[in-house]
Amino acid sequence: MTTDTTAAPAAAAVAPAEDAAHHWGLERMLSVSTLLLFVWFLVSLWRLPGLDQQSVAEWLKNPLAAVPMLLLVVSTFWHLKLGLAVVVEDYVHEAGSRFAWLVVINFLSLFAAGLAILSVLKIALGSSA
Amino acid sequence: MTRNPDRPLSPHLTIWKWGPHMLVSILHRITGAGLATVGAGVFVWWLVAVAGGADSYAYFALWATWKWSLIVWIGLTWAFFQHLLSGLRHFVMDAGAGFELKTNKFWAVMTLVWAILLTAAVWAYIILGRLA
Repeated sequence: MTTDTTAAPAAAAVAPAEDAAHHWGLERMLSVSTLLLFVWFLVSLWRLPGLDQQSVAEWLKNPLAAVPMLLLVVSTFWHLKLGLAVVVEDYVHEAGSRFAWLVVINFLSLFAAGLAILSVLKIALGSSA
Repeated sequence: MTRNPDRPLSPHLTIWKWGPHMLVSILHRITGAGLATVGAGVFVWWLVAVAGGADSYAYFALWATWKWSLIVWIGLTWAFFQHLLSGLRHFVMDAGAGFELKTNKFWAVMTLVWAILLTAAVWAYIILGRLA
């Protein structure tokens, strides 16, 4: 943990004070939802007849698998975006490179989440196997 | 950022030694960063490969079942359990509990021990299942 004197002004520069409690709560909500959805995901994989393409695609065609999978993607990528941002805010002190890192994190996490969501939709809405 | 370098730091800031709570704290960040990059990357690749059909999945499976990939899989398994357990510990501490020195140290060590035990259990299950 960095407990130097830059910590307080650095945190203040990132978010207005009234947003801090909301941000804190959101982090914890997303931690819980990511954890629960991952338990569902890993148990589901374990129950599949195999991890071949057909078994996985067949499973994700079911809305009862596709919808929690979409929720898992949103929850997980939101959670990891907030987490990586905290790491950057704590360790990258120079304003320019901090901004650049935050832009990269935001872009890549949204891009990766977009790829994952599109893939799930493609499988779930696709007509052939 | 705006610290006046002429002013001294509090002397206590330089007096500390490593403890399990510090290791667990930094491991929470390291495993989180690892899961967010390597773990998320593999996860997205897997989903894109499933959506891409048999050929793209075969290419993913080729890499996923490569013998050296086992290091990545076991590493991700351990990172998952370590991050999960230290995350649960953080929930307890967020509630204001578990700050007494002995309790705090005990549960910090427990997250380290159980992350390794659970990783070993999962891979013993997978490997023994393959052999059976």
